[in-house]
Amino acid sequence: MISPTPAYRAFTVFNYILLSLIGVSMLVPFLHILAGSLSSGKAITQGLVSILPVQFTLGNYQSVLSDMNIWKSIQVTILITALGTFINLLFTVLMAYGLSKVDLKGRSTIMLLVLFTMIFPAPIIPAYLLVKSLAMLNTIWALVIPGAISAFNMIIMISFFRGIPEGLTESAKIDGCGEYRTLWSIVLPLSLPSLSTIGLFYAVGHWNSYFQALMYIRNPDLYPLQVFLRRLLVESDENMLIRAGQNAAVQSVEGLKMASIMVATLPILIVYPLIQKHFVKGSMLGSIKG
Amino acid sequence: MSHPLEVVSEKAVPKRKPYLLRNWQTYSMILPGLAFFILFKYIPLTGSIIAFQDYNVFKGVFGSPFVGLKHFDNLFTYPEFSRVLINTLLISLYKLAFGFPAPIILALLLNEVRKMLFKRFTQTVLYLPHFISWVIVGGLVINFLSPTIGLFNDFLRWLGMEPIFFMQESEYFRSIVVISGIWKEAGWGTILYLAALAGINPDLYESAEVDGAGKLRQAFSITLPCLIPTIMVLLLLQIGSVMDVGFEQIYILLNPLVWETGEVFDTYIYRVGLLGNQYSYTTAIGIFKSVVGFTLLVGANQLSKRMTGNSIY
Repeated sequence: MISPTPAYRAFTVFNYILLSLIGVSMLVPFLHILAGSLSSGKAITQGLVSILPVQFTLGNYQSVLSDMNIWKSIQVTILITALGTFINLLFTVLMAYGLSKVDLKGRSTIMLLVLFTMIFPAPIIPAYLLVKSLAMLNTIWALVIPGAISAFNMIIMISFFRGIPEGLTESAKIDGCGEYRTLWSIVLPLSLPSLSTIGLFYAVGHWNSYFQALMYIRNPDLYPLQVFLRRLLVESDENMLIRAGQNAAVQSVEGLKMASIMVATLPILIVYPLIQKHFVKGSMLGSIKG
Repeated sequence: MSHPLEVVSEKAVPKRKPYLLRNWQTYSMILPGLAFFILFKYIPLTGSIIAFQDYNVFKGVFGSPFVGLKHFDNLFTYPEFSRVLINTLLISLYKLAFGFPAPIILALLLNEVRKMLFKRFTQTVLYLPHFISWVIVGGLVINFLSPTIGLFNDFLRWLGMEPIFFMQESEYFRSIVVISGIWKEAGWGTILYLAALAGINPDLYESAEVDGAGKLRQAFSITLPCLIPTIMVLLLLQIGSVMDVGFEQIYILLNPLVWETGEVFDTYIYRVGLLGNQYSYTTAIGIFKSVVGFTLLVGANQLSKRMTGNSIY
């Protein structure tokens, strides 16, 4: 390769610095909140905290974690994430596998029906009225069923299933396997990267779900984590003020808020590095080939 | 005139089961999903009929009086509506102008990085905000811009300026929305572009270099043209969703003080429709949204077909 010009070398240095700055800008807000969550209330309100804790204390976490309500909402969120993702994968995989067969009669019509929903999404009010008439309001089901299939995710799944060599499914059929048996014994084991990617997309969606709960849930016992967190951050209720006052190192609700944010973010931060390698590969499955 | 052989085979081969029955397993796999789409996507669409009624919860769809285009007339006469329309359009436009190029530029920059460790580490960090909910990101933004404890105002104070109550001033709201949106999604948006960039044939670059093209020339003459298909598809999709600005982000950051510049269709529909029980009026708005969005998509698609040869369909 011809040696890089001085101009390109300068650009490279500039590039690395720029990307580093951008990367840092992604991290700094988290570091600030983390630092604040470990700092005393006084230090926070005096504006002393930037990215390192000042007057280190675990009091904020003590207060937040001793509130039963946050645990209730975490339970709800875990439930809808597990149940929801299971339902998602079940429906999505079945439909995607069926639609992956190119020579199926009526396939293009069904695909058109699916694509149409991406262009004209279900309007909010009628959707709400539908869920209401199905008696799903204020239940877990409202958070888990109306979003059972994401057309986008299903299309990714279809293109992945199409990538599986026909020879494998053919020989299964010759051996007498029905479609279900073929799917279960042959296709699914081969699809683990794609399944985990799509499953991950769905799971993260459930963990972060807010709007659905806002629309369909009025019962505070069923508030998922994000809704609970939102009310915490926006409405500093008396409960919080009292708990803040009880701990000498805490005193201010700001530290409690920051600790709550960290508690809500922690699961994602833990799971994230483990799955990061999977989804980069997986999301490229549906990409445009050069 | 039938061939003698044909007649023989017609008698010899037994009658086959109809196509539907032969492939019943495949169709049964599609059925649950299809039922889902019909029930939860298409029935609400037909439910849009309440936009043409004075919908009453107790009388239901079939009992409520039909009022034709009354609510659509109201759309164009309520001053609130035009305010919401302008906000939605402006925010979408800013997001297109600034938010759309951001992942492209980032992808181009990342593509030039040779040290794999740095590249992977940066990517990991860049993808992170995408996985955090808007509730949390909103919390981060509000904290960051807080006049008392926020880092940004600390910085302003260090410069000798007075702290600004960002979240309460209408004039800042749209910028806050656009910038925080870029912060959250630009990194994740690079994935598709990086994949497209990886698909460009390296021979093209080599022969360009042999011909004496500098890096910049290569970028303009090879990289960008190869990216055009990906760019156009994503651009068209974003244009199609101009009316849909993104409920969660705006809702989280919104407060009554900034309704003037911040309220968009979806938050307005939620506030006035769901909470305010004006079902018919807001469903009419929903129809308006969808029709305009669809028209934009089709129009942009045609334009793109003519200008660049790329289109979604």
